[in-house]
Amino acid sequence: MKKYTYSEKKDTRSGFGDGLTELGRENPNVVALCADLTGSLKMNQFEKENPDRFFQVGIAEANMIGIAAGMTIGGKIPFTGTFANFSTGRVYDQIRQAVAYSGKNVKICASHAGLTLGEDGATHQILEDIGLMKMLPGMTVINPCDYNQTKAATKAIANFEGPVYLRFGRPSVPVFMNEPFEIGKAILLNEGSDVSIFATGHLVWEAIQAGEILEKMGINAEIINIHTIKPLDAEAILKSAKKTNCIVTAEEHMKHGGLGDSISQLISENCPMPIEYVAVNDTFGESGTPSQLMEKYGLNAESIVKAVTKAIQRKK
Amino acid sequence: MPSISELEKIASQVRRDIVRMVHAVNSGHPGGSLGCTDYVVALYFEIMKHQPNPFDMNAKNQDVFFLSNGHISPLFYSVLARSGYFNIAELATFRKLNSRLQGHPTTHEGLEGVRIASGSLGQGLSNAIGAALSKKLNNDSSIVYSLHGDGELQEGQIWEAAMFAAHHKVDNLIACVDYNKQQIDGSTDQVMSLGDLEAKWYAFGWEVHHTNGNDMQNIIETVNSVKKQLGKGKPQIIIMRTEMGQGVDFMMGSHKWHGVAPNDEQLASALKQLEETLGDY
Repeated sequence: MKKYTYSEKKDTRSGFGDGLTELGRENPNVVALCADLTGSLKMNQFEKENPDRFFQVGIAEANMIGIAAGMTIGGKIPFTGTFANFSTGRVYDQIRQAVAYSGKNVKICASHAGLTLGEDGATHQILEDIGLMKMLPGMTVINPCDYNQTKAATKAIANFEGPVYLRFGRPSVPVFMNEPFEIGKAILLNEGSDVSIFATGHLVWEAIQAGEILEKMGINAEIINIHTIKPLDAEAILKSAKKTNCIVTAEEHMKHGGLGDSISQLISENCPMPIEYVAVNDTFGESGTPSQLMEKYGLNAESIVKAVTKAIQRKK
Repeated sequence: MPSISELEKIASQVRRDIVRMVHAVNSGHPGGSLGCTDYVVALYFEIMKHQPNPFDMNAKNQDVFFLSNGHISPLFYSVLARSGYFNIAELATFRKLNSRLQGHPTTHEGLEGVRIASGSLGQGLSNAIGAALSKKLNNDSSIVYSLHGDGELQEGQIWEAAMFAAHHKVDNLIACVDYNKQQIDGSTDQVMSLGDLEAKWYAFGWEVHHTNGNDMQNIIETVNSVKKQLGKGKPQIIIMRTEMGQGVDFMMGSHKWHGVAPNDEQLASALKQLEETLGDY
């Protein structure tokens, strides 16, 4: 098992904020809009350095998406910022018509995704957003795993023409990713032969922890980071799956509509095999600390180990 | 610059296009299209500075028009074709399979002149504000126009946008409400009262103007006077009184022709009332 270490923990939203700040200095066409969550989204520095390119829209997310779509007419590259729930479910029709169907170059940047938003509870803990966004034709969906990858993804999407949904979160998590980021390109974290673990977002670090536990059990896990859920890196996924012949997917999202669902479709069309899902299964979240919630809803290394054991058993 | 009577002749031809287009596919929205014909003709043939060909999505140094009430697409398509964005022969494909002239306007099929999809209501004011902000950042002094149905004002997003435009001093935008007091299920008073529209917009920080949307002279005078108010820190809106179905006697004075196409006999009657001035497509 390849060794991964970290020297600090940081929130992925800070990766977004720092990436946006650098974009503000490098690309005069980048503009940012925020719906009264500038601090939460770490957009303050961009606002401070570029007051003329930052637009506070107040608590009016539908209007924010509509304005962002309009600003592309004239060559601007708008980044919208609010929580994942208000970035997707609340404004689905606006994104559908004015951004996706209209093919506008808007970057929908969503923080506080999933259960790790914590104490605010289920009203704010969206677990359906990846599904909502990936269903839209032409939408690119990216869910980075740590500060470094979120920062790299933020910068990469500015140079990519087309609508993007970028999903990140609130808690401080290990900063370990040093691999280069390329939209749509999976990252092989550990080569293995017994099972393929495909993980996204906060579950990538958990997958690495699981890999170490599995190694002690004599199981050699291949671990792949899927940061871009759409378009899916079919080549990398199929290559790994055909080698190991069983799969575990891991994500901080609903089982239906998430990464596991995308991989399942790809596998069933190409090379059917056992797949186990580490994801939330058809239920809402609740209040609690991020680690309590991840444990209760089975989104941690221990759950991944159990899923791997089951997938390998089913293979026999 | 065309004279008032020349603009009225264009409007007559556009109205013929509208009733013929919706008749051909037995679907579409003639009522609001006919009501707003004079305003949109005035914009594209007299008021707006714009270049149909080659079409520039970014509208650099051009005035821009946003149709928020996308269901009056027959009017939009006819005016775009008649002002040179695409060939008038293409009007015959309206709402048919594989057409660029979808039921509601879209950029998806690459139709020149359309800059964003509309149809799901209440979104066009936000889009227009975005384009207006872009123009300011680009030091582009041209103007953004938007048109809205009055029933559409029942959508909450309109008022989010209204609040934003005043707060951020979006003063390079002229919005217009088609105040025909009709919507699908009946009059706006029956369905959901708009109340005192002037007071509402005023309270949201807009400067409010009025015009008779079926009087070409009045439209041009109003817009020219509103243009003088631009750049002074306030968004501008025109409450435009129109008659749904204007120009076709049996379609006027009711909500019934909001989304209903005329039959053969009704088409013949409508065309008798509308002079063919530029040649039918």
